[in-house]
Amino acid sequence: MSAALTILQAGPAMTIQDLGRPGYRALGLTHGGAADPTALHEGAALLGQDPNCAALEMAGSGGSFEADQDIRIALTGAQMQVSIDGEPIAWNASHLLPAGAKLTIGGARDGAYGYLHVGGGFDVKPVMESRSSHLAAGIGALLQSGEVLPLGADKGGETNLTLPRDSRFGAERVRIVASMQTDAFDDATRARFTETTFRRDARANRMGARMDHDGEGFATGGQLTIVSEVITPGDIQITGDGAPFVLMCECQTTGGYPRIGTVIPCDLPIVAQAQPGAALQFAFIDLDEALAAETRHRADLAALPKRRQLLLRDPARIRDLLAYQLISGVVSATADPFEEDKT
Amino acid sequence: MTDWPRIRSVGLSGLLITFAERMSEPANCAALAFRAAVEEQGWPEVTETSTSLVSTFVQFEVSQDAIATMTDRLRDLLQTRDWFAEALPAGRTLWHVPTVYGTDLAPQLEEAAEAAGLDPDAAIAELSQSRVRVLTIGFAPGQPYMGELAPHWDIPRQQGLTKSVPPGSLVMAIRQLIIFTNASPTGWRHIGQTAFRTFRPGSEMPFPLSPGDELIFPSITRQEFDRISDDPTGGAEREALT
Repeated sequence: MSAALTILQAGPAMTIQDLGRPGYRALGLTHGGAADPTALHEGAALLGQDPNCAALEMAGSGGSFEADQDIRIALTGAQMQVSIDGEPIAWNASHLLPAGAKLTIGGARDGAYGYLHVGGGFDVKPVMESRSSHLAAGIGALLQSGEVLPLGADKGGETNLTLPRDSRFGAERVRIVASMQTDAFDDATRARFTETTFRRDARANRMGARMDHDGEGFATGGQLTIVSEVITPGDIQITGDGAPFVLMCECQTTGGYPRIGTVIPCDLPIVAQAQPGAALQFAFIDLDEALAAETRHRADLAALPKRRQLLLRDPARIRDLLAYQLISGVVSATADPFEEDKT
Repeated sequence: MTDWPRIRSVGLSGLLITFAERMSEPANCAALAFRAAVEEQGWPEVTETSTSLVSTFVQFEVSQDAIATMTDRLRDLLQTRDWFAEALPAGRTLWHVPTVYGTDLAPQLEEAAEAAGLDPDAAIAELSQSRVRVLTIGFAPGQPYMGELAPHWDIPRQQGLTKSVPPGSLVMAIRQLIIFTNASPTGWRHIGQTAFRTFRPGSEMPFPLSPGDELIFPSITRQEFDRISDDPTGGAEREALT
């Protein structure tokens, strides 16, 4: 029988997310998926599974959970307070969650979105080949207390592994490339845009993040006459009051506000994970540099499994040390190690 | 028209082919026909195509070489014919979507009629026979922007926003109609109510409408509406356009 995770208490904005639902732009649906896809890759590496396995995305803060069987979990994205039955455990790591134990996840400390991954992924019913909720489109819903989430079959594997903390948390420099309307902004406006340190506005969600700054806005000459054009996630649109708005994974597919540039895909998680008030600066890079950055990012994601390390735990902090089976798997000094191969 | 069509790059996502500076019927037809032609080429690099009002977007794995190659190919394809005179793509559908005009279900019909210089009955008579085309789909999944209505319907968006119109609302401004997918605030005037769901996740046909489809909104009574209001197809009938 497959396992299930019960949400004892749901945080304010928890949804199921995978890598999204590409292919429907022409019909008005953006691909959606995890706000921080890098976190999905990290969770998959920790559990040794497919990055498209559905995980639980927690905006701002988590909740409390209980599994009906022993399950493997991993925690990635923004660091949140986390404990199992009151015992603090490490973030950015995989763990065993025993049946009936209470997993409690608190508020985010260095980012905006935390992720709870489970071995086998959450097995909610796919809609158009994806399990991602897309609230703006009316697919899926915010998760509620009392909901029971089915888990896929876990092919099993190690736990107590960790990954080094990624540099995207607290990063300020966001690389952008020119897009189709960048030319509509004059040189002085573009220069001022890249010299400005913005603060992520409190108004930010899966659709977009508004950027605040002191001083005048970033208007184009022909702001009001631009015809509605395709939007890709990462586009920085300048709204009527001159404030930049970075469009995120759940944005609209077309829009009539001019775009001054577009955040390169591998830097979009920096914007997604920026906390309210966090400083951000946008830097234009050329196409070659952007392509090189993307290639490097993909190689980094592919190499994540190799970067896993055993989670070091301080035995003094393990309350029930004697309950641990510490000698399981130890090789016997007298047994012939090749004996097994002969049978 | 020497500057048009224009090919521009869209970040690291692909290329955009724009046929005009602003919305026009011929430019919209050109964008639809050109997208169909790109799809027909079956270029393996292309991962997705779409249209907005006057542009075709071609998404592919971008590199310097890929951009150069794709730009050449698109330019060659553009030169094969006059896209502004090109017939609309095949396989389109004509939809008849039953609509209640006015009443408490759609309280801004009279206001819109007055702005167009018509009395409400004349407005309903005209609107219920007007045939419009899906110019583009956007804002919400499956949500059509349709047009163009006759020039006297070139009425501006209202200054204030209507707080919320329900799914299936038929709203109007600038010679265009929209059927709303989800409940939404809008500056467009709410002139009719349909039971037609433009996005049906989980069904066999999640997106009933495609760009280029045509629609007529025949007038029905409130009683008839109540009968079909729970049916996601909204009592719509469809016929193939050839």
